Amino acid sequence: MIAQTNDSFVRWDWIWSHLDLVWEKVVEHLILTGIALGVGLAISLVLSAVILRWRPAYTPITWVTGIAYSIPSLALFAFLVPITGFTILTAEIGLVSYTLLILIRNVVAGIDGVDPAVKEAALGMGYTRRRLFFQIELPLALPVIIAGLRIAGVTTIGLVTVTALIGQGGVGFFILRGLNRFFSTEIVLGTMLSVILAVALDLALLGVERVLTPWSGRRGSAT
Amino acid sequence: MVWPAGVGHMIEFLGDTVVWFTEHWDGQDGYLVRTWNTILLSGLAILTAALIAVPLGALLGHYRRFGVAAVAVVNIGRALPSFGIIALSLPIIIRIASHIPNGVPIFGSGLGFFPAFIALFALALPPIFTNTYTGIREVDPGTVEAARGMGLSEGEILRTVEGPLASPVIIAGLRISAVQVVATSPLAALVAYRGLGRFIVDGFAVRDNVQIFAGALLVAVLAILTEAFFGLLEKRIVPEPLQASGAALGEETVVRPAA
Repeated sequence: MIAQTNDSFVRWDWIWSHLDLVWEKVVEHLILTGIALGVGLAISLVLSAVILRWRPAYTPITWVTGIAYSIPSLALFAFLVPITGFTILTAEIGLVSYTLLILIRNVVAGIDGVDPAVKEAALGMGYTRRRLFFQIELPLALPVIIAGLRIAGVTTIGLVTVTALIGQGGVGFFILRGLNRFFSTEIVLGTMLSVILAVALDLALLGVERVLTPWSGRRGSAT
Repeated sequence: MVWPAGVGHMIEFLGDTVVWFTEHWDGQDGYLVRTWNTILLSGLAILTAALIAVPLGALLGHYRRFGVAAVAVVNIGRALPSFGIIALSLPIIIRIASHIPNGVPIFGSGLGFFPAFIALFALALPPIFTNTYTGIREVDPGTVEAARGMGLSEGEILRTVEGPLASPVIIAGLRISAVQVVATSPLAALVAYRGLGRFIVDGFAVRDNVQIFAGALLVAVLAILTEAFFGLLEKRIVPEPLQASGAALGEETVVRPAA
């Protein structure tokens, strides 16, 4: 097992000759992350809307999502495998459930933080509840919601690597195969790619925030 | 899809799980020993990380130095995939061991102890460090000034004023870190550590759903108990007026706005 002590820790030539596979796994990683964030955000928005309408729902909803959040990822995937097997569905159920707590908390906090005077003005202008939510509250809450998305996104990128154990995994594929073949190059490659993707996603979401909320550009420190 | 078709299958599956628990508790590979191995590994990693990160964070927070570094530590810590860190630690440790004449000591709990320990230790550091740093730093400067005016030394200020006032945030950091470590520790099975993760990873390999489910149950219970343990610790250590107003499970809030 303790073979390649003479080899270099990272064999760049191996990486260069496998760029196709690297690209394929990066795309797979981004798809797994994208679905998780998209579905997670959709569910969170619905549940947040419920909470905003009926406040007593906040405690039970955050309690349940909090429990889902504190179940270790490997255990959560393991719970699902007997039911949904080694499928992308198993991976996504797990990944989505980890985004909910962070997203719901930030959506609710973001909308709660909207200046009551602004809401009052909108209602005075004859806005319906629905229009108020979509055209006033949601846009003004965007910086806080995107802050939540950034945390959820970076966390999800890391968690996707774990799904390699259930046959998915994106760049986690390299980490697992590197471990099994005892080839450090692949382990380093998978880990570095995961970090790079996390940082890139974080910066991308920061960019999205700048574009969507041009008015908050100068405030800077309001995170 | 292996969907257990109907209630009958589900009851049968749960029955098999109960039988599993009665049959696999003893011996070196029983769940009692493996639970203990998991607690030992996680506990040592958290303890070592706390012994380093709490004094360091407190000192830097007290003198208000390296604020940028504290933020960077959190961000880097979050971006690092725990799976990758555990996997990476194995070749690194073996590489280091090849330079040590007598090798790295290996505990009875398996080849993977050192790689897993190093990885979990590295994962445990950032939340403890940042929360200690932020907690101490956020203490009202007026309060610290008053203590200084009363003639307290810097060490006394840290121990008797800043420490207790920052304790909710510091304990929250310990809790986040501990839950994360316990949650990650099953992955140590991949570097051949004989903890609870073995049931899941071995179960995946032979597609033994009962073993996978039982392993997941044990890991989840341990994680929830860890969470509860730190909740109790908070009640014991944090001065009563400062106790959190219902800190939710898995709460990741680092800084609370000062009143």
